[in-house]
Amino acid sequence: MDFNLTEERQMLQDTLRRYLADRYTTPVRNDILDSPAGFSADIWRELADLGVLGALFDEADGGFGGAGFDIATVFEELGRAGVVEPVLDSCILGGRLIAQVGSPDQRALLDQVISGKLHLALAHGEPASRYDLSRVETTVRTDGTGLILSGRKAVVVNAEAAGQLIVSARETGGPFDLDGISLFLVPAGTPGLGLRGYPMLAGGRAAEVTLDDVRLPESARLGAAGQGFDPLMDVVAAANCALVAEVLGAMESAVELTRQYLMTRKQFGRPIGTFQALQHRFADMLIELEQARSAVINAAGHLKAPDRDRQIAAARNLASRAGRLVAEETIQMHGGIAMTQEYELAHIAKRIVMSDHRFGDADYHLERFIALGAA
Amino acid sequence: MDLNYTDEEKAFRDEVRAFLAEKLPKEISDKIRAGRNIGKEGYQWWHATLNERGWLNFNWPKEFGGAEWNAVQRHIFEEECAAAYAPRIVPFGLSMLGPVLQKFGSKAQQDFFLPRILNGEHWWCQGYSEPGAGSDLASLKTRAVRDGDHYVVNGQKTWTTLAQYANWIFCLVRTDPEAKAQEGISFLLIDMNTPGIEVRPIVLLDGTPEVNEVFFDDVRVPVENLVGEENKGWTYAKYLLTHERTNIAGVGFSQAGLDMVKRIARIETANGRPLIENPHFAARLARVEIDLMAMATTNMRIISQAAAGQAPGVESSMLKVKGTIIRQEINDLARRAVGPYAMPFASEAVEGDNDPIGPDYAAPVAAQYFNNRKLSIFGGSNEIQRGIIAKVKMGG
Ligand SMILES: Cc1cc2nc3c(=O)[nH]c(=O)nc-3n(C[C@H](O)[C@H](O)[C@H](O)COP(=O)(O)OP(=O)(O)OC[C@H]3O[C@@H](n4cnc5c(N)ncnc54)[C@H](O)[C@@H]3O)c2cc1C
Ligand SMILES: Cc1cc2nc3c(=O)[nH]c(=O)nc-3n(C[C@H](O)[C@H](O)[C@H](O)COP(=O)(O)OP(=O)(O)OC[C@H]3O[C@@H](n4cnc5c(N)ncnc54)[C@H](O)[C@@H]3O)c2cc1C
Repeated sequence: MDFNLTEERQMLQDTLRRYLADRYTTPVRNDILDSPAGFSADIWRELADLGVLGALFDEADGGFGGAGFDIATVFEELGRAGVVEPVLDSCILGGRLIAQVGSPDQRALLDQVISGKLHLALAHGEPASRYDLSRVETTVRTDGTGLILSGRKAVVVNAEAAGQLIVSARETGGPFDLDGISLFLVPAGTPGLGLRGYPMLAGGRAAEVTLDDVRLPESARLGAAGQGFDPLMDVVAAANCALVAEVLGAMESAVELTRQYLMTRKQFGRPIGTFQALQHRFADMLIELEQARSAVINAAGHLKAPDRDRQIAAARNLASRAGRLVAEETIQMHGGIAMTQEYELAHIAKRIVMSDHRFGDADYHLERFIALGAA
Repeated sequence: MDLNYTDEEKAFRDEVRAFLAEKLPKEISDKIRAGRNIGKEGYQWWHATLNERGWLNFNWPKEFGGAEWNAVQRHIFEEECAAAYAPRIVPFGLSMLGPVLQKFGSKAQQDFFLPRILNGEHWWCQGYSEPGAGSDLASLKTRAVRDGDHYVVNGQKTWTTLAQYANWIFCLVRTDPEAKAQEGISFLLIDMNTPGIEVRPIVLLDGTPEVNEVFFDDVRVPVENLVGEENKGWTYAKYLLTHERTNIAGVGFSQAGLDMVKRIARIETANGRPLIENPHFAARLARVEIDLMAMATTNMRIISQAAAGQAPGVESSMLKVKGTIIRQEINDLARRAVGPYAMPFASEAVEGDNDPIGPDYAAPVAAQYFNNRKLSIFGGSNEIQRGIIAKVKMGG
């Protein structure tokens, strides 16, 4: 066993950490949060130029990384800085799906994704699907001239910026069947495609997507008909690995901000960090943080392993519990100051807690873990 | 002991229900339920509506025209109001300043200010905390220097809730910088329209401009606006804090919140079954309900002792800690229950008069979860309350 990062990953981590510390300051980020687009096109280009987006793809797909530890390295730093740019959506969910099942023509899009020119979004979840990946009620049918999609997709992150949406639809079977889910590339602006965009509480934007008899050629298919579930599971596993790493980075920031504050804020004539009531809770957070770090390592190291799903479920359950503890305790130990929108910790805490709502909270992953263990 | 409502108590509950059914329009209760702001006018209208019925000052003694309800009546009223999604009663004038003036104010102050609290002419805010004086309130620095018939006030208050609506502020100010911290503090009533006062909004993490910074630059306050004696303000301030903590258990809010979570969990589905049948979710819900059932009884036990002449001392600290933990847990359950639809930031700018983005109940829950982190911070943080409990009970 070796718990050190490879030299390349160490460099990636150092470069990205330094870049974000200099460039992604609290005021810059707060302006991004208030901006109409919800992310910065400049930052996006810079991330692409630094090779951060490429690190999330295999060499065969035009990148220079793509393994679990590459994902974890990048997302830990994005989490540390509270980055709201849609790396998860464009690269992990969108890009990696195309990389995995795209036709040669479709794979040609990856260059544009890695160079930051093309945004993607995965339109999979639906108003009633909650975190259930197999519940797809959007339909696809053919009428001889092509494909027709209809249905609704919920909370599609990055939908407005995306040049292409990856839409799942049911081709055969009932709402919960694993077979019969197909994937399609739908270019922005396709007639019948409706977006209602909105900002999200923890930054970035999403949209409710309506597919009102959207007509597509056969060539819009992404992967084999009815076989979309497995590739979806694969990219969602990678996304979950990214999310736990992001939460870890954000927890590290939250704890570091709290450490500094406890040592400088004085009440009753002494730093509040000298009160044992706070010291012990600070210590508990550090203990949980190390647990979360190990959970991320477990997830990243098993992204291609047979027991991937159980490891991922475990990591997300743990990171969600630890994350909630850290978010709530760091706010509490700061007092009023952490309740203010413009203070760094407020944003970081929101990133941590709201990650629960992407691909499942602690309970969902606990249930998955139990189910996978019994199997 | 008898845990059932008496016939009179049942009759009172029916009276409250009938009142709410008649006076509380759906457009207001819908807004409260959706977590939207009803604005200054909304609160003033609700105060006026209650005042007309004689129910605004239910916690005031009869000699000041109050209804002087007992613990059970208060509980019934709070529970029914919360269940009906009535606006909350803004506490600063009614349950904070009112009792202080009744106990320590001059006759002239009582005659002038108490009626104006009731009729809505004065909206009060609480000027205690400062940037350097939070938990250690007695370290406050805002200065008031006597100059003839006036005090001249300089300094800064912060976290002042709804100061943007207020036209009066009650402040703790330092009048004797030489004395021991607690002994040089006075309690001043300040008209916010006096020259030299500036209010700057602070946006909270859920996007609401709920609190403010208030700056004082040579603000001249007539000496008759001093409450009680100079340098005795700490005594009055602490008296007020025990009142601030009386409804801090928030049993009515928790009850309404829990009902809402159940409503959501009956509609939401997980694995094709109602979420409320999901064993993990059901267990979380059950635990918090069990806590709340006991809390409701603890709350009534403690308030009824206080009503019988015993001051709720350290027990109010217990109510505060447990009550806020329960409320925060319910907020956490609500955000869990709505799943991915917790993510949209449902500002009025986005939704306006449009349909909500997801189910209507989903819009406010994540924002409320974050906003209510304040419950364990203000009114004496939960750490400070635990310190008080340990100090008193260990006899050290
Ligand atoms: C089964 C067993 C095996 C042991 N084996 C060994 C052994 O092999 N060799 C050996 O040398 N000792 C041994 N010990 C002794 C052990 O190290 C002591 O029990 C331990 O150091 C605690 O001391 P104490 O029991 O005097 O409790 P105290 O020190 O009196 O502590 C009482 C309580 O106060 C708390 N406390 C004390 N100080 C603080 C503080 N500053 N802040 C917050 N809380 C505080 C403690 O955590 C504890 O809860 C053993 C004890 C047990 C129970
Ligand atoms: C939303 C909101 C509304 C508010 N409204 C008002 C208002 O209208 N008027 C008003 O005057 N104030 C108001 N406050 C201020 C509130 O009363 C203070 O935030 C509170 O007293 C805590 O002070 P602080 O924020 O400075 O935190 P600090 O006192 O700096 O505390 C920071 C942390 O240290 C802990 N701590 C401090 N001392 C100790 C100790 N001795 N032992 C253990 N732990 C300790 C605290 O518990 C906390 O966790 C409001 C606050 C908020 C968040």
